[in-house]
Amino acid sequence: MLKSIWVFHFAASPCNNCDIEILDCLTPRHDLERFGIQLVGSIRHADVLLVTGALNKKILPRLKKVYEQAPKPVFVVAFGACGCSMGMFQDSYNTAGPIDKVIPVNAYIPGCPPRPEAIIDGLVKLIDAVGKIR
Amino acid sequence: MITERVIDELNKKLSGKIKNLFRKNDRRLYVDIDKKDIVESARILYQEFKARFSIATGLDTFKGIEILYHFSLDRQGGIFISLRVLIEDKNNPEIESLSGLFKASEWIEREIYEMLGVNFKGHPELKRLLLADDWPEGKYPLRKDFVSEKGLPENE
Amino acid sequence: MSKKIIPIGPYHPIQEEPEFFKLYVEGETVVDIDIEVGYNHRGIEKLSESKMFEQSIFLVERICGICSTSHPFACVNALEDLAGIELTDRTKYIRSIIGELERIHSHYLWLGLAGHFLGYNTVWMWSWKYREPILDILEEITGNRNHYSMMKVGGVRRDIKQEQIPLIDKMLDEVQKANDLFRGAVMDDPVIHARTKGVGVLKNEEAIDYGALGPIARASGYAIDVRKDDPYAAYDMVDWNICVLPEGDIFAKLVVRILEVYESIKIIRQCLSKLKNSSSVFDLNIKDIPPGEGIGRHEAPRGEVFHYFRSDGSNRPVRHKVRAPSFMNVPTNKAAVIGCSVSDATITLAAVDPCYCCTERVLAYDKKSHTQLYSASDLIKLSQEKTARLRKEL
Repeated sequence: MLKSIWVFHFAASPCNNCDIEILDCLTPRHDLERFGIQLVGSIRHADVLLVTGALNKKILPRLKKVYEQAPKPVFVVAFGACGCSMGMFQDSYNTAGPIDKVIPVNAYIPGCPPRPEAIIDGLVKLIDAVGKIR
Repeated sequence: MITERVIDELNKKLSGKIKNLFRKNDRRLYVDIDKKDIVESARILYQEFKARFSIATGLDTFKGIEILYHFSLDRQGGIFISLRVLIEDKNNPEIESLSGLFKASEWIEREIYEMLGVNFKGHPELKRLLLADDWPEGKYPLRKDFVSEKGLPENE
Repeated sequence: MSKKIIPIGPYHPIQEEPEFFKLYVEGETVVDIDIEVGYNHRGIEKLSESKMFEQSIFLVERICGICSTSHPFACVNALEDLAGIELTDRTKYIRSIIGELERIHSHYLWLGLAGHFLGYNTVWMWSWKYREPILDILEEITGNRNHYSMMKVGGVRRDIKQEQIPLIDKMLDEVQKANDLFRGAVMDDPVIHARTKGVGVLKNEEAIDYGALGPIARASGYAIDVRKDDPYAAYDMVDWNICVLPEGDIFAKLVVRILEVYESIKIIRQCLSKLKNSSSVFDLNIKDIPPGEGIGRHEAPRGEVFHYFRSDGSNRPVRHKVRAPSFMNVPTNKAAVIGCSVSDATITLAAVDPCYCCTERVLAYDKKSHTQLYSASDLIKLSQEKTARLRKEL
């Protein structure tokens, strides 16, 4: 039986819709925990780094630092349209992403925001990938 | 009619300061004043008209940096009185800060300072609000001549 | 089947995070606060100048995911002010329905977080549970749980059909019952009273000085509400009351929001009943924005959202100014949190209801030595422990 997957959520200039949908997935209706997924409070305990947002210049150094502190291997998930491609914020003077330009990304969950079903689908695929490595 | 009454009051209390008053519709008035009159005009709106300072809009125009100070007469018809000033010197734009009148102006003056380069004289803490510390000096994003580095080949 | 309650926090206690709120503490008391913003700045005003007007509406929707319709609402109000467009009554009813549904789900989101910070996981779980049917209804009407993209200049993008109305009514019945529960829980619980009455007070004069907006202003006796002051959409076509309390403490902020949910339900029900006799046109197909300037606003769940447009007759804005209510409300923390005890700091900061991810970026420092004392998760724990202590005592 696969041990719980510990996910650290990093908000990199999001509009918060993705963040709220992630939390929604933890509520009883969707209940991500039945897949063994838990949010943790420190990157140092995380298997997965979940990043939301269009990533602006001010938060960029912090994302790099968090990635450095993550015990390897860490799986990075770029979450939402902003996380995957910066979405409609591509041409802004202040955005510095997308995420995969800054740190290596293992999985993308697109959507604005991704529906809970899409989140569960993406994370289940991730569990398979993590399971193969272990 | 409430708008008429407000216009009369404005003409009376801001007499001598109004360069132009444009009534867009019943609830939107635009009053052009000289930048030297901004503090006194804002004081009159805030203290005598009991208007609420909602926000200020700075914009870069051909003629200079224009700032609109939007005051809302909430319980008196929901009328927005926008005081418009023009700062012609774009190399060294400056204007008196309104922070002595109300704290509501502190953040927006910092934002206009970093986005358009306007110096607000007398502001207690005029420093960047939104942009990162390593954002280059002298580059003001909301100026029309601002060119983002994105898309330039050497930055790819 | 028993469900385990999953605690939300500690959510972002990245110790090395540059703090959004830097609290300075002497002993047990907060004596000063630094507020740093800019971590979400995406250059939207400048971006808007390179978009066409229709695109700007989609862009501003993504300023905030929780009040996602508030920005498009104010945005189209501004363009309609600019162009002098008169809407049909059907448009007005539909816009108000969407706006009020959003208010309910946003207040419940906040209620959940407040419950969590105070250590009331039942309140948290129930309020988030009751958000779900509201999001379901929004999906039924608009096609999406969030980012509903309903607003367009001169109309709305989708109609509310007659057969959808009974579903909405049924959902509102459930929400009304839930709200009765919350009201009872808050009004009757001596521990909540002990935790929130007299705590984090924003005085009336301070609210005016800072230009506070929304429930923050109304909970300090500052009776402003754009829906009453500068009516738009259907807000002056239906009966409802604004909710004002004088105390300015967290209890007042809590009660104002719960009462507002009742008023929102009232507004939605009246709009729904008037829909059947209204015009059938919900979109005027506006194609042209003439030169000029316009100001539009909307009473979002957090307060007045302000949009200003200047147009030169082309299809892009010359200038698009956006001001979210938190811009005026967050600075009020300087007045409200100073003097609070450390265990009350989290709930005081959260009571302003800023972008939720900003509330976690809180750190507390010793004023003299500048050593870090507490992280965000520590502060949340302190708050929850205080509640547990009070429960034993009372």
